Parts: sequence; structure tokens; C-alpha cells
Amino acid sequence: MNQIERVNEFVVRFANVNGSGSASANNLFAKAIFRLGLPVSPKNIFPSNIQGLPTWYEVRVSEHGYLGRRGGFDLVVAVNGQTLLRDYRELSPGGYFLYDSSRELTPDFDRVDVTPIPIPLTDLCNTAFQNPKLRQLLKNIIYVGSLAHLIQMDFAVLTEAIEQQFRKNPKLAEPNIKALEIGYAYAREHHPNTCKLRVQKSDRVGNNILMDGNAAFALGALYAGATVVGWYPITPSTSVVEAFEKYSKMFRVEADTGRRKVAILQAEDELAALGIVIGASWNGARAFTATSGPGISLMSEFLGLAYFAEIPAVICDVQRTGPSTGMPTRTQQSDLLSCAYASHGDTKHVLLFPCDPRECFDFAADAFDLAERLQTPVIVMSDLDLGMNDHISPPLHWDDKRSYDRGKVLTAEDLETRQDKWGRYLDVDGDGICYRTYPGTHPTKGSYFTRGTSHNEYSGYTEESPIYQANMERLLVKWQTARSLVPSSHIKIRDPESRLGAIFFGTTTHAAYEAMGSLAGQGVKINSLRLRAFPFQNEVGEFIDRHQFIFIIEQNRDGQLRTMLISEGDFPPDKLLSLVNFDGLPITAACITEKIQALLEQKPHHSRKDGGKA
Amino acid sequence: MSTDRPIFRHPQAAQNSAGFTRKDYEGAISTLCAGCGHDSATNAIIQACFELAIEPHRVAKMSGIGCSSKTPAYFLGRSHGFNSVHGRMPSIATGANMANRDLLYIGISGDGDTASIGMGQFAHALRRNLNLNYICMNNGCYGLTKGQDSATADRGSAGKKGVPNPYSAIDLCELAIELGASYVARGFSGDKQQLVPLIKGAFAHSGLAFIDVISPCVTFNNTATSTKSYEYVREHIEATNTFDFIPLQQEILAHYPEGTSQEVVMHDGSIIHLHKADAGKDVTNRRKAVNSLEEEKAKGRLLTGLLYVNQDIMETHDIINSTLRPLNTLVEADLCPGNAALQKIMAGLR
Repeated sequence: MNQIERVNEFVVRFANVNGSGSASANNLFAKAIFRLGLPVSPKNIFPSNIQGLPTWYEVRVSEHGYLGRRGGFDLVVAVNGQTLLRDYRELSPGGYFLYDSSRELTPDFDRVDVTPIPIPLTDLCNTAFQNPKLRQLLKNIIYVGSLAHLIQMDFAVLTEAIEQQFRKNPKLAEPNIKALEIGYAYAREHHPNTCKLRVQKSDRVGNNILMDGNAAFALGALYAGATVVGWYPITPSTSVVEAFEKYSKMFRVEADTGRRKVAILQAEDELAALGIVIGASWNGARAFTATSGPGISLMSEFLGLAYFAEIPAVICDVQRTGPSTGMPTRTQQSDLLSCAYASHGDTKHVLLFPCDPRECFDFAADAFDLAERLQTPVIVMSDLDLGMNDHISPPLHWDDKRSYDRGKVLTAEDLETRQDKWGRYLDVDGDGICYRTYPGTHPTKGSYFTRGTSHNEYSGYTEESPIYQANMERLLVKWQTARSLVPSSHIKIRDPESRLGAIFFGTTTHAAYEAMGSLAGQGVKINSLRLRAFPFQNEVGEFIDRHQFIFIIEQNRDGQLRTMLISEGDFPPDKLLSLVNFDGLPITAACITEKIQALLEQKPHHSRKDGGKA
Repeated sequence: MSTDRPIFRHPQAAQNSAGFTRKDYEGAISTLCAGCGHDSATNAIIQACFELAIEPHRVAKMSGIGCSSKTPAYFLGRSHGFNSVHGRMPSIATGANMANRDLLYIGISGDGDTASIGMGQFAHALRRNLNLNYICMNNGCYGLTKGQDSATADRGSAGKKGVPNPYSAIDLCELAIELGASYVARGFSGDKQQLVPLIKGAFAHSGLAFIDVISPCVTFNNTATSTKSYEYVREHIEATNTFDFIPLQQEILAHYPEGTSQEVVMHDGSIIHLHKADAGKDVTNRRKAVNSLEEEKAKGRLLTGLLYVNQDIMETHDIINSTLRPLNTLVEADLCPGNAALQKIMAGLR
């Protein structure tokens, strides 16, 4: 039988029961790989459930540094009876099937291209530990110990990770280390040379960190000076606010009073959550909310108000699989259209597309500057994959010289010295952005009436068509200003002569780069543009113009980015080829490669052989 | 279209202790129907602000959508105002209050804005005991859309269209007491003597002060068959107490027989002095307050006055233990921990 033989380049999948404490064991494994200096990308594929349903955890080890999902798995730790057969059948040919042999397998498990690795996890655990609560948790740790032997991992990395995890309570470390040893010893005795997957120490991780995007966004918001949070719990965004609260306890407590320099309010719904943000921003505090697609639907009303009344607001949209309640614990990039044009009437909103935790941090901070500079909502478009999974990322960094850009805000002194008549919606600079005041600034000057109804330059109510129209057109001038302020795209030219391009954003990035790399190896050189913001900047148009065909790669059914490019940029639709994945799982490099190959076959003058040169 | 008032001021106009005349608290000319109860309520707010010598620019006026929500344009022209979206005033006011706890917040809403589309936000502002003066101008109908019944219309009441309302009415004061408001009152736009002190008491109160102002709609709901008409309300009104609001540093002069007066000391040191018709009533007792409302309702009477006050419930900022400094005054040095602290966190992620 052909067994998969690989060093530092494979995928392990853990199949568990939700709520059985497997997460910490599986995290331990991923962290240990990371500490060996190997790029690792763990993906938690979990159900919308607290206890009992199947959950999977996929760990890709890639010395090449490929961080997207590869597709397929080479070794499965199958400890969920409900999915045992499915996990067995989906295993790659030549793969390894580690299972709890305390119960015998049925005759269905009859593949000849799979190496079984029976380990009596339950029996080993029950013999060694008496406490029933601990038993459930430690059974998971035992398989991590076995894995360590099977892939020849340095055992000390695991024990050190455990010791660090329990450094405040070393007594708890003891049974964990014992469980690791039990699993390791059993595998060494019974499966000395069974597995041909190996890990070896590497130096590919460098200075990078392993963290999730939601925590990174929360830190960005904290560093950017957010003081008011209105939020409503919704998967997968909840941990943004939980992390913000955790960091606030670390950094936002007044030493002398014990009071907190932050106001975090769990709202009654997403409408109120955004209302709190808008009220606070109107009153001069930096405020944000975090939500997901269903929340965006509810927030649409307020997004229109903030757009029209020109009030800053920062929203982190951790996208999940829609429509409606959809698959709440699966990922997608399917809120583009609903965010870009949220609310009735003519509206457009600034979107930022981070692709890793470092960008979640940076864009969170940028979002506050942009929102206040532009006096409009800014939505950071994360997703479940980025927000809730750990990712290898360059370390977060804060420039201590950076100061907050609070935008055009008049102080009492400004109002006092001003000669001309101030108008809240009077565009004196020609950039479409007007000057605002905070309530309470000056005894007699600078007060105004904020409204979602049509208003003139002095914020008075108006139904005069020319005044209404001029105001709407000024908002377009502001939109042009936004184009010059948002982060620019990342462009990679693999072949200046190539007439094939690809555009993607966010968590599609890593799988797309991997696919571009492997296609380049086959002679198909595709240039790429990683989009980082909406409104689209000029380079997007230039990139599209210089190529004959552009693959628009995204994780939704309808090609929402493609729709936006067509409507915003007036590009010919037939040169924008839609490449989508919308199964709710992070897009894989294999999926992108295959679909590009299929699309190229439909365009005969772009066959593989000519390297994309027509 | 709102119209500004002439800026002429009578040179001998009376000034309050802060040096403002009553005109300094006025706003644009009202565009509501002539005789609208809301204009009287607006005047009561102006009077209360004048008498308390509030600095106009230290007030923020918040509202939702509807006839009532237009009124912030008609008072306190020197204050910032925010006419938000329908039923969402409480969340906007919550955010604004979180950003700056030092301003006085006046939230204006109506019965449609509060009891229907905004019921959720109303309920939650109450239970958080937000430091907000929530004034609901209650006329039992939707004026701006021409007279449909609202959720506070009494069963059987009929407005201009003549069709009796078949549904139960929501009693906003009972709800407010049950859901955690710490100051609950009901007034009538036609009784300024009572309404002005109720508003002054609300302003002195820390926490959510809810005032349900029965404010007849002269155009759509002032009929002989309506229970929210001027005539009906005047005939059925029952005042729970007469009310003196004694601001801080003012001497109490009146004396009343024992058992018929009750004093409530507000957070800012001012005193509400109640003169009760019934010595058994106690406005600091939640259960008794709800009972009184129900008893009068059973008699077909509408109870007005200060219905409930509790100075012991913490307001939102104190519940969440936020700083006494307005959050919108904090700067980088207060808020940003700096890169060194960030790198410590990074070290734990390797």
C-alpha cells in the first residue's frame, strides 16, 4: 500500500463531539507545531450548538508557508462515533486513521488504501484517571501525546506548552502531562513505524504570532481610543467585544478611582447597538460595534442615518454564511453588497478588507481615523475564518508617534475666532467634508440640529429640490475624497506580459496566492490584485484594463465583488470571470486551481500552454 | 421648514440667576397645528429650563420621529439637537450619554415613537436607568400620518375617523415603573402649573426620569368620543399630589399638616416637596405607585403628578463603573497603552 510520506507539509483533521473539551487539546497541537517554527493554519469547523453535534478541527502544517486551506486531509483523529465512517471515507488515499480502539470498528471500515492506527483512548484514560470530569478532557490530551510520537514531534514542546498554559496553577499541569505521556508511550510501543508523516524543526515562523482576527480587531479599537461600544451577541463576532472587554480591564482602569475609561453596553438588538455607536460618535467619543450579516440587515436603517447626517461609526462585520440565519458557524464573504449599499435611498459606505490579524488591527485603527475624517460609517469586513480561527500573522505594531485623526471638529476657540458664518453642511474646503461641533462646546456658537431629514448647509430642514440635490452631490464629492484615503490594493505582477489577472480580498488571499503559485509552476502566470478597500481606487481600473480576463475570486454565490466592479467601474462584464466558493468552508487552493483551469479551457485562446498570453 | 424667531429682546426682560432671559431658551417657531398640546409641553420645558437657570449649551435634545419629535427644534435653540429615526431616540441618547455624562439630556418622543416602533428601546433605556429626561408627548394617535390610533389609545376611544379603538391601551407610566425607571410622572399639556415642576424634578433627578405628558392632538383626536381630548382629560384628571420643586439653596417656606407632605431629596441636593391629598400614598414605593394608577383607572380617572421616585437606583454610568470624566474628553495619553505593552501581548502569542 502507498502510504502518504511527507515532512512538514500535511493536514491533520480532528473529528470530535462539540462540547467535549477537544478545543484545548487541538489548540495545544497546533500551538506545538507553531513553536517548532512551522507555519500552521488551524481551522475550526464547528456546529451552531453548545454540546453534542459533530465538530472538526483541521490543522494544516506547511513549511512552504501556505496558510489557506489545502483541501483533503492526510491523518484523521477520529473520536466522534457519529461521524466515524464519514471521516474514514473522506480520508485521502494513503492516509492514516487514528481511532479509539476501546470499541471495535464495524466491517464497513474496509478501505485498503488507509493505515489504521488503533489506540484504546477510553481504556487508557479510564485506567489512569478517576475524576469523570477530567477523564473527558484528558482523553483528548492522550491522542495529542500519541500524535507526537506518530509524527516524531519533539515531546518537550508539548510539555512546555502545557506548563505555560497552567503556569498560574501548576497542579493542573500534572495530569495533562501524564496524559500526554500515556498517549506517547502507547503509540511508541504499538505503532513504532506506522506513520510516514513527520515534523521537523524549522525557522519559517520567524517573528510571527498566532492569533485570531477578532482579538486583533479588539486591540486595534482599544489602541485607536474607542471608548463606547454598543453590541449585541452574534456568532462569529461576539469574541470581538469579549476581547475588547478583556483588554479594557488590562488597560482602561483608572488607577486612582478603579473606574473604567470605557462604556461597553450590551444592547437589546443590533439596531440599538448601532444607535449607541452613532449617539456616542455624534457626541465626540470613538465608538464601534461588532456584528455579522443578520445584524447588518437590522443596522441598515441607522447606516442610512449616519451616511446622510454624516456621523462617524465603526462597524466590524464578521461575516458568516447567509442568507437569513444561514449557517451561523460557517464562513462566507457574502455581505459585500448589503454593506456597501446598506439602507434605502442612495447610499454608499466605506469598506475595508483585512486578510490577516495584523490587518484586522491596523484597519480597526484606520477605520476610526477614516470614519472621523470622512464623517461616515466605515465597515471592516472580516469573516468567521479570519475572526475566530488562529492565524499566523506578522506581529501587531503600534507607532507611538501616531495621533488620532479626529477630523474636522471645531473647538470653542475656532468658533470664537471664525469670521464667516459656520454651516454644519457647508463645504468650505471643496473636499465634500464639512466642519462639525460637539454638543456643549460653546455657549452661543456652533449648535445645530442633526436630522435624517433633508437639510440645507446650515442643517435646517428643507424640501427645496436644488438644495437637496446639491447636498446629495456633495456626498459624492466626499466619496471621491474617500477614494484617496482608503488603503490601496496589493498588486503582484508575475508576468508583465500576461493577459490574465485575478482580484480577490480578505481570507481568499492565502488560498489564492497558493493557487497562483502552483499555476505559475504549470506555466500559467496570473497577475493579482488584492483589494483592501471600497471605494475602489484607480489602480483597480488600471489593473482590469491591462488584462484580457480577470478572475474575480470570492466566497459567495453571486459574485458580489464582480457585481460591484461592474456597476462602480463600468468594466465589461464578460472580461470579469466569476470564481466562487460558497460551501461555508474556507476556500481552498485546490478549488481555485481547478476552477481557473476549467475556465481557461472554456477560453481556448488562453490554454495552459501559452502561459496565458493570447 | 422651520422659521427662526426675531432676535429682538426686550431690554427689561426678566433674567434668571445665570443671566439668561426666557427667550434664550426658545427655539424656532413651531410648525405644528395651532392649539397642539405639544406646543404647551414645549413651553413648559422652556419654563423649567429658565427657572432652573440651566445653561442652554449644556443640554442635548434628542428625539425620534413624529409630531412630538419635531419639537426639539422649537425650544433651546442654543443646544445641540438630534432628530434621529423612528423609535430609536433611546439608543442614540444612550450613546450620547455614554460619551459625555456631564450634559443634560432631554429625550422627546411620542406615543407611536415610544409605545409601538420604539417599545424595545424604551424598555431597555428604562431598565438601564439611563440618566435621561424622557418626555413622551402622548396624544393617542399618529398625527403626521393623519390620525391612526396608537398603542396608548384607550379601548373604545374614537378619534376623528369615528371608529372605536378595539385594542387595549399601553400605560407607559406603569411600564416605566415596572421596568426600572427611577422617576415617573404624568402631566397634562393643559396644566402648566403641574407640568413645569414635574419637568424640573426630572432634571434634578439622576437616572431615567419618564414623564408621560397627555398632549391632545387638536386635528385628529380632540373629538367628543376621544379619551385624549382636552375636554375628556380635564374632566377625568386626578392629581396624586401638588408639587413644589425646590432647587438647591432655596429655602422652603410653606408648611403643611403632618402626614400630607412628603419630601424627596434629589441627587443634586434639591428637594421635591409633595402635598398629598391622601396621607397613605407613598411615591417611593413601587408597588403602591402601580396600585394607585390601577385604582384610579378602575374609577375611570387619569392619575397625574409625580407617581414614583427612587433615588437609590444607580444610573447606567454607575452600574458600569465608568469614569467620572466625560469619555469624549479622553485623549491618546488616557486611552492608548503604547507599543511596549502591545509587544508584551505579542510575546504571549508566540
